[in-house]
Amino acid sequence: MQLIEPRANPSRTMRWLAPPLAILLTLLVAAGIFALLGKPPLQAFYVFFIEPLETSNGWSELLLKASPLILIAQGLALGFRARIYNIGAEGQLLLGAICASGVAIYTDGMEGAWILPAMVLAGAVGGGLWGAIPAWLRTRFQAQETLTTLMLAYVATYLLSWLVSGPWRDPSGTNFPQSILFAEPAMFTPLFEGLRINASVYIAAALVPVFWLFVAKSFMAYQLAVGGEAPAAARYAGFSANRTVWVSLVISGAAAGIAGAAEAAGPVGQLTLSLSPGYGYAAIIVAWVGRLHPLGIVLAGLLMALIYLGGEAAQVSMQLPAAISWLFQGMLLFFLLGADAFVDFRLRQRKEVTA
Amino acid sequence: MRFLPLLGRLAALALTACTLAGAAHAEEPLKAGFIYIGPTGDHGWTYAHDQGRKAMEAKFAGKVKTTFVENVPETADAERVIRDLASKGHKVIFATSFGYMNAMDKVARQFPKTVFMHATGYKSGKNLGIYDVRTYEGAYMLGVVAGKMSKSGKLGVVGSIAIPEVVRNINAFTLGARSVNPKATTRVIWVNSWFDPGKEREAALALISQGADVLMQNTDSPAVVQTAQEKGVFAFGWDSDMSKFGGKAQLAASVLNWEVIYSQEVDKVLKGTWKTTDLWYGVKEGAVTIDNFGPAVPADVKKLAEERRDALKAGKLHPFTGPLKDNAGKEMVAAGQTMADADLRKMNAYVEGVEGSIPK
Repeated sequence: MQLIEPRANPSRTMRWLAPPLAILLTLLVAAGIFALLGKPPLQAFYVFFIEPLETSNGWSELLLKASPLILIAQGLALGFRARIYNIGAEGQLLLGAICASGVAIYTDGMEGAWILPAMVLAGAVGGGLWGAIPAWLRTRFQAQETLTTLMLAYVATYLLSWLVSGPWRDPSGTNFPQSILFAEPAMFTPLFEGLRINASVYIAAALVPVFWLFVAKSFMAYQLAVGGEAPAAARYAGFSANRTVWVSLVISGAAAGIAGAAEAAGPVGQLTLSLSPGYGYAAIIVAWVGRLHPLGIVLAGLLMALIYLGGEAAQVSMQLPAAISWLFQGMLLFFLLGADAFVDFRLRQRKEVTA
Repeated sequence: MRFLPLLGRLAALALTACTLAGAAHAEEPLKAGFIYIGPTGDHGWTYAHDQGRKAMEAKFAGKVKTTFVENVPETADAERVIRDLASKGHKVIFATSFGYMNAMDKVARQFPKTVFMHATGYKSGKNLGIYDVRTYEGAYMLGVVAGKMSKSGKLGVVGSIAIPEVVRNINAFTLGARSVNPKATTRVIWVNSWFDPGKEREAALALISQGADVLMQNTDSPAVVQTAQEKGVFAFGWDSDMSKFGGKAQLAASVLNWEVIYSQEVDKVLKGTWKTTDLWYGVKEGAVTIDNFGPAVPADVKKLAEERRDALKAGKLHPFTGPLKDNAGKEMVAAGQTMADADLRKMNAYVEGVEGSIPK
């Protein structure tokens, strides 16, 4: 008879080795799938992981795609460590984009270097407030944040839809549901001629060390971690459980809001119905694959962005179906969670006791 | 040792690629790129485009080589994919959803020697053309069948995103139905997505529970036809034949033939005579038709639908002919007039017979 039992001392080394192991297993299974599809696996890996990085445009696109993922995942990880599961970052991102776009739309025609920072700030506030609602519901009514954050993501979608088909619709856009194109002062200008990478990556880059310092040094982060690992101990130490909820939801909401603002004021340049390709959800995977660690998240975010880019390259260069990208993401998460399970638990053979 | 054969195969492949490239120098085929919003297997919108792509490629065998990228979201990602295709030597690029418009516009300016063709949008330029199919003509013909077949007189439409094109189709469907049953009404549920079979199904179920016995959808999957089959009501194939998802439920299908446009434009690019376009092809040009009638449709109803098709083809029938009022009672088209294309393109009100209001 086989038994699954928790390990007394899960290995720290193995916990860090789990992601590379999961990546390796993903690649092995992917190689098999490529072979089954009749594509040479090595060529497929080349197209998937190297080809997108052969040009400066490729790197620019990689960073452009990775930075919202990294930014959102940093915020989420803060809460996940405290076992506050914000899975509605997509909604907080949209609110950030909405608030930032509001600034852009109402300042259209004005000049001023303050417009863009005001947009980013509005994005942070919008996302933070959207995160504060579930925090209030949790602390006031004990409503599970997993549910409320997700539900609020749908509310955000409808709010966006109402705005772009109603009050904020481009008057000269023949009734299509989208806002005006933002004017120059409301846009992140590209850093290099011909590339899309813009100064918003600096925001993500600057916030990574901030999150790291916060996690490593601050008493607040310590309280969050204790609240997650040992709620009873946290209560005994007098750490406020409510504050944990508020801090993690508001910070993760604000981070997602900034990402939304950067998307609207960056590569998209207007408010549209389909502003985010699901960054808020993908960031959940990024946070876990990155081991909830600020640096791990950077690596995981880059990997995730590369998988998107590789998926496109694989379609263009090898006529592989688009589903390959999702397959990669799914397998990565599956193997990682599987590996984690074996870090925490072990299988034991137990002899049947005969009566 | 398992790697050796693999490396061997790779080397062989590289070699073939070299020889292919060598041969290609003699007469390099024109590379045409396609960008799809959904999967090619959606059996609706994207499927119809992909059929058009394949038929066009077959027609210009050896002269044209096509590439497609599916499931491209209408986000910042679209611009990357379009630029990628352009920089990899695709000389004509077709983008098949409205949301790619601004991305197409941006990339077109950077690649002045590449031809960009955008479906269903309104921005054009020297090397950026517009093309579309008069899907509302198909919706009108389906409406005629729906009006004849509905017992309750209550029709349902699963709407995608409330852009003028979709509003126009809902209106044309309703006008078709009311041309044979003046009491017919249409109810609409929006799913805010082009392709989301789960939501499309939920919307269909809601419409059925509200008494609709004939459904149409302006979304890209066959989920509505499937749901209708399961619940014993009628539905239509949209953009493509969907009878294999509901043989009994499908009354007919509005089938799009994008090949007409793809072949015509690619031919011009090959000959070097391409100039910016604003194509809006309908039944007349063979770009849309009603087909794949189901077993439940009696011969006289089928005949009626085909008569309307012929009238559309001959230019004797225009679905938006006055007198026409919107559902708030305001005049849309005066008696004896037909709506101009410019007004059709920004349609933003339901006609009389459609319940509710357009989501704002």
